[in-house]
Amino acid sequence: MIKAKINNIPVEVEKGVSILDAAKKAQIKIPTLCKHPDLPAGAGCGLCIVRIKGTPKMLRACSTPLEDGMEITTHDPEIVAVRRTVLELILSNHPNDCLQCGRNNNCELQTLVADFGIREESFQKFLPETEKDDSTRTIVLDPQKCIRCGRCVKVCQEMQNVWALSFLERGFCTRISPAGDIKLADSPCIRCGQCSNHCPTGAIVELDETAKVWELLQDQSKYCVVQIAPAVRVAIGEAFGYPIGTNLTRKLYALLRRLGFKAVFDTNFGADVTIMEEGSEFLQRFLHGTGPLPLITSCCPGWVDFMEKFHPDMIDHFSSCKSPHEIVGVLSKTYYAQKKNIDPKNIAVVSIMPCTAKKNEIIRCEEMYASGCQDVDVALTTRELARMIKQAGIDFVNLPDEDPDHMLGDYTGAGVIFGATGGVMEAALRTAYFLLNGKNMDKVELNQIRGLEGVKVAEIAINGKKIRVAVAHGLNHVEYVLNKVREAEKNNEEIPYHFIEVMACLGGCVGGGGQPYGVTDELRIKRASGIYQDDHDAKLRCSHENPFVQQLYKEFLGKPLGEKSEHLLHTHYQSRPVYVK
Amino acid sequence: MTEEKKNMQQEIASLVEKWKDKEGNLIMILHELQNYFGYVPRAAALELSRALQTPLARIYEVITFYNFFKLEPPGKHIISLCLGTACYLKGAPVLLNEIKTLLNIEEGQTTKDGLFQLDVVRCLGCCGLAPVIKIDEKVYGKVQKNQVMGILSEYSEHQKEG
Repeated sequence: MIKAKINNIPVEVEKGVSILDAAKKAQIKIPTLCKHPDLPAGAGCGLCIVRIKGTPKMLRACSTPLEDGMEITTHDPEIVAVRRTVLELILSNHPNDCLQCGRNNNCELQTLVADFGIREESFQKFLPETEKDDSTRTIVLDPQKCIRCGRCVKVCQEMQNVWALSFLERGFCTRISPAGDIKLADSPCIRCGQCSNHCPTGAIVELDETAKVWELLQDQSKYCVVQIAPAVRVAIGEAFGYPIGTNLTRKLYALLRRLGFKAVFDTNFGADVTIMEEGSEFLQRFLHGTGPLPLITSCCPGWVDFMEKFHPDMIDHFSSCKSPHEIVGVLSKTYYAQKKNIDPKNIAVVSIMPCTAKKNEIIRCEEMYASGCQDVDVALTTRELARMIKQAGIDFVNLPDEDPDHMLGDYTGAGVIFGATGGVMEAALRTAYFLLNGKNMDKVELNQIRGLEGVKVAEIAINGKKIRVAVAHGLNHVEYVLNKVREAEKNNEEIPYHFIEVMACLGGCVGGGGQPYGVTDELRIKRASGIYQDDHDAKLRCSHENPFVQQLYKEFLGKPLGEKSEHLLHTHYQSRPVYVK
Repeated sequence: MTEEKKNMQQEIASLVEKWKDKEGNLIMILHELQNYFGYVPRAAALELSRALQTPLARIYEVITFYNFFKLEPPGKHIISLCLGTACYLKGAPVLLNEIKTLLNIEEGQTTKDGLFQLDVVRCLGCCGLAPVIKIDEKVYGKVQKNQVMGILSEYSEHQKEG
């Protein structure tokens, strides 16, 4: 252990911990704009400088490990003055567009400038003309607002292994852009939105589509229905002062009705249907060899995009089952439309998602139009919904609890855990166990595949058969799992896993790119525990038990993997170029 | 596959083979590519990315970090305009503006037809002839603004004949 003093307060931390993190333990906040708890230190912004006794220079706290006996000063007039100058210099290359900015009131730079009480411009502004890039139709890159902290580049390259964004040129000309200054849509970008979630300013934000939804809600000819994804319910509260991880499912139902939606559904119902289809697909392959193993989950559109670009050799391993919100979308415009006798053309489906990639998924291929029109009309992120609530003047905190609309709204515990890493696998195994054994597991929780470990593996014995599974989240963890599969195939060895779950974002959807800002591991864990609590409290915890799912198959679909299911609930994948240009 | 593309792939494969076990090989390969093509074509960078299993983003980070590497093909004729002290005092800035206006390009750029590339240099070692313009290997000394058009047209004429 390292013992030192920060502002005369004794601190004790493990070797290697930075001064920045050590100071937090002493309840001292050192400002930074480039260091993010998810990312290695980059020593980019220069705000975290501190003074160490006996050292003439001020050093950066983010990249200096605490050493034994250090005596550190984090705040004195001179240090604060230097930080102030750093901020003023950043402002000299940053527009004063705060009022119209996507990060207004939620911007790390704006907050610091306010905290430091900077009231005037000390340096002449220099703002080169730049062009916004909204080519992905999911996120918007505004280079003029970039402060070159490098978080998005680290996220894109190291956390996600996508390498769409890079630091080009140097010095004054340094900029964040895809290689060769092409548009993001022509780059390897998978639209996961993690860059937007880690950006300290408004340089990368989600494409705001709330106007589209307001318009649909105003349109008298439209029958607007809505669904919320599992991870949204435990994160939306952060925008309204709730403790992190508070589950607001039933308040959200009430809210969405107040916004004007005629029916309020739940993506968790779609998740239960996904399990019926994907679970059956798995068992078909596992028992009857109808397709290659391992089967790989495909509900994460960022992961689907990544696989199509970087691992097209895995296409045959992918579950053809659509993602839960697409399932609710297509069922709204077929099953629900028929039952309610509404022309599907007049139904508008809005999905509230923790994810920016879902904005692209809704148009990704022809199967997303299986109902005869676009199955999901608009996908909003959690952040966009929070803005809509505030615009609508609804006192969200004091809303009563309500229930969802039946048919496509009721869910089991298995449906809600889709929002956390390992959840899809856990839900699938609960139902696979039932289908193989004829009874439910005694203990449905599979703790081995919960939590934030990058790659989680488990072996589950069902009816004398052993099923080996792997769960990966954060795309930099995927390669390891896929290479194991490839190695075994090459050497003609037994496959290492029968079933693999991948989520593009760390922590799964609770850590999605469309979730409220400020994500850390602590936050991911708290949001996930909100989800697991919902599962724990559920009366029914296995997808096959959902009476509305049973009714759906009985009245409409027939059976899992049947003709109608294949037509409405399944899709295909194709190899795509990493670079279009 | 075109002949050109095949040649490029072979060239890159042999470069990767040559440098694969050495540290810092990306920069060395880029040097060789630039010597071979006169610049680093995007197609070559993409092929190198595949062959070296290095993301294109990383390759471009290196290319754009160093002034030495070019992403655009060099012009057919390279105009080196001296802005060294002597040339500067003798009126080189006027010549620079004249060339920029006539060719409609900035420093370091190449004309749309690819005929001229305009580079600004510091001292060509013949200050007695200031202000000096060098086009390819030919040196023009004591150049006046009204001579620039004539000098450039020598090369445009060649182009037409050729």
